[in-house]
Amino acid sequence: MTHRIAIIGGGTGGVVLANNLAERLAPEIDAGEVAVSLFNDGEDHIYKPVWLYVAFGQREPADGRRPLAELVDDRVDLRIERVDDIDTEEKTLSAGGGTVGYDSLVIATGSQMDTESIDGLDEGGYHFYGESASTELRDELLSFTEGHLVLSVIGNPHMCPVAPLEFVMMADDWFRSRGLREDIDITYTYPIMRTHGNEHIAEWARPRLAERDIAVETMFNAEAIDPSDGMLTSMEGTELDYDLLVTIPPHTGSDLITQAGLGETGWVDVDSHTLEATEFDDVYAIGDAAAIGVPKAGSAAHYQANVVAKRLTSTVRDQQPTATYDGKTLCFVETGMDEATYVSFDYNNDPSPGRPSRTLHWSKLAYNESYWLTARGLL
Amino acid sequence: MSTESIDADRTVDSRGATCPGPMMDLVGAIRDAEVGDVIELLSDAEQSTTDIPAWADESGNEVLAIDDAGDHYQIYVRKT
Ligand SMILES: Cc1cc2nc3c(=O)[nH]c(=O)nc-3n(C[C@H](O)[C@H](O)[C@H](O)COP(=O)(O)OP(=O)(O)OC[C@H]3O[C@@H](n4cnc5c(N)ncnc54)[C@H](O)[C@@H]3O)c2cc1C
Repeated sequence: MTHRIAIIGGGTGGVVLANNLAERLAPEIDAGEVAVSLFNDGEDHIYKPVWLYVAFGQREPADGRRPLAELVDDRVDLRIERVDDIDTEEKTLSAGGGTVGYDSLVIATGSQMDTESIDGLDEGGYHFYGESASTELRDELLSFTEGHLVLSVIGNPHMCPVAPLEFVMMADDWFRSRGLREDIDITYTYPIMRTHGNEHIAEWARPRLAERDIAVETMFNAEAIDPSDGMLTSMEGTELDYDLLVTIPPHTGSDLITQAGLGETGWVDVDSHTLEATEFDDVYAIGDAAAIGVPKAGSAAHYQANVVAKRLTSTVRDQQPTATYDGKTLCFVETGMDEATYVSFDYNNDPSPGRPSRTLHWSKLAYNESYWLTARGLL
Repeated sequence: MSTESIDADRTVDSRGATCPGPMMDLVGAIRDAEVGDVIELLSDAEQSTTDIPAWADESGNEVLAIDDAGDHYQIYVRKT
């Protein structure tokens, strides 16, 4: 009997997992004892971190796209199909008009934007959480020479926990180097009582924002946006006039998860160490789709994929899976256009951002290039 | 007010989430709720017992009760 492993989502987590399994289980796959299928709803793999650089004219969306067929090991059955339903009782998926059975299922469906839940957000706010969104923001930033730029973190959790801080620090530097900063005010808003969800990152960020003359509004949860008046109002009653509004939009998980009854908001509840779904048998979730309280970051998706590859390898070999995820997340933090630091943390260790340097900025740019080797499973 | 007499319109289960998860879940629920609706938030993060009243105070919503249920808290907030 062939053990059928189905992976839904060919983003960071899904691709790393598929390639890792293809390597570990090569003998079993070649012998027909294991089959690995990867479903993705588009032909390309998308490396989303590029979008932050697109907004500042440093990269093009195409730099973050590669055909999955070039990245995925030939031992994996790559299916460019949207999965429309999951039946965890029958252990089947609906995709491409047919039904496919599985023995083990991994959900790696990522996040999507929900710009309709806040009045005026679609019309009034720009963001860098999508290809066309980041080019629209780039065009707007290029013609912005004076006024009030507001970066408002609305969605939380959101992809890349440090991206909002990176954005304002990069914008500050970018406008300064173009001689425009004196005519541009920058405000950063955050939903809770400090500048970041993680108190160590918040402590690090506060003086740096002040140093750069970036105003801060904490406990600010956007309620409505009035694009005609350029007004952002919070649930706490604060009103902010803006000339250019950039938001971190609310995120949800995939509609598939909600429709299939695997999680109310599109995230799947899983054990934070084993990544196994708490309510469904033989189902794992990794990356953004997993509701485990760790940030929605590609590095976390990558580390989780490695853990699940080891666990599934043990399962198909009739061994007790022992690999577990320790919460590890690593993110570079751009602190300007040519310097960066990084944060690394896990369930037991807090982040402690170091002094920004040019070397770390270049390391981040080098990582953006070498990412394609990571996706192939070579790094 | 005794929590037994509080009828919640919606329960949001944030057990297992670390801060600011429970508060963000509550903010989302209040955003979607009608004025007068009561949200019951389940959280096992101690910080919720101070963060939620601070936020309710700031946003003008009303914390009706915080009940210690042993391994988690039940926090009732009315949208005003
Ligand atoms: C601007 C920006 C900057 C970022 N910077 C960083 C950074 O510096 N460091 C970092 O670690 N992370 C960063 N991230 C976050 C990182 O990109 C995500 O956390 C990561 O991509 C999550 O991987 P994933 O595999 O869970 O989901 P994704 O990579 O989003 O992949 C999900 C895939 O599933 C597919 N899919 C969804 N539903 C279905 C379905 N029903 N059927 C078939 N396919 C489906 C999607 O099309 C997609 O291809 C950044 C994100 C953004 C937007």
